[in-house]
Amino acid sequence: MADANDSPVKNVDVRAEGTVVVLTGEIDYNQSHKLLDVLNEAIERRPARLVIDLAAVEYMDSSGLGTLVKIFQQVNAYKGKMALVAMNDRVHSAFEITRLDQFFAIHQTVDEALQA
Amino acid sequence: MAKRPSPNDSRAVDLSILSDPKNLAVARTAAEQMAREEGFVPADVDGIVLAIDEALANIMRHGYEGRKDCEINIRMEAITGDDGRGGIRIILEDSGKQVDPKAIKGRDLDDVRPGGLGVHIIRTVMDDVEYRRLEQGGMQLQMVKYAGDREEPTT
Repeated sequence: MADANDSPVKNVDVRAEGTVVVLTGEIDYNQSHKLLDVLNEAIERRPARLVIDLAAVEYMDSSGLGTLVKIFQQVNAYKGKMALVAMNDRVHSAFEITRLDQFFAIHQTVDEALQA
Repeated sequence: MAKRPSPNDSRAVDLSILSDPKNLAVARTAAEQMAREEGFVPADVDGIVLAIDEALANIMRHGYEGRKDCEINIRMEAITGDDGRGGIRIILEDSGKQVDPKAIKGRDLDDVRPGGLGVHIIRTVMDDVEYRRLEQGGMQLQMVKYAGDREEPTT
């Protein structure tokens, strides 16, 4: 179990094709405000693509999902693209229950998301 | 009101946590362990964990309006339903703001926006969900999940 004080953001990688944010651990109501801060910072320069790598995320609740929707709306407003990558079955089921799996572009790899 | 499933008293866990979001992980771990012990399949274990997390986060956010030092009582008990299936009942009690139970609804998912997904998740993954006001103040939420699918009665 992740330390409750750990950041849910492992890495932010600014590339020519877009910005890749790698998340980690358990993203719940305790963590989602930290996630929102980092993602808001990541889109300050309006990257053409925002790719969020979820491969190392063990758990996400509705506050995490809501944060991603909030960021998507901002990226969409400046005509950018946002994609999610490599979520595990547990995280994917939260997207399915809320039908957000049909809303977000979900890819298998970061490279695939950056080319889409 | 439907007959309540009977608890198996030897398999019950009582927890009391403060309304600090840092405690969500503790409650999730306890619920996960209990659901596994009761033989739920992994997908249902995940659902139960998500439901208790969403319910507790709602109490912290709405019932206690972000105060971190208020008590939330959690009871998790193994039950046997009237059709013989095993299950788990989770009872959450707080002393926070009271709301009309009828007003606690999931929202329309076609309207994609942040927030308001917690109640939808709870009602989707659990079999029975009941909110009520407590006489002494605060709210109680009872959630039940049965293992496996309910058999359709034969006619």
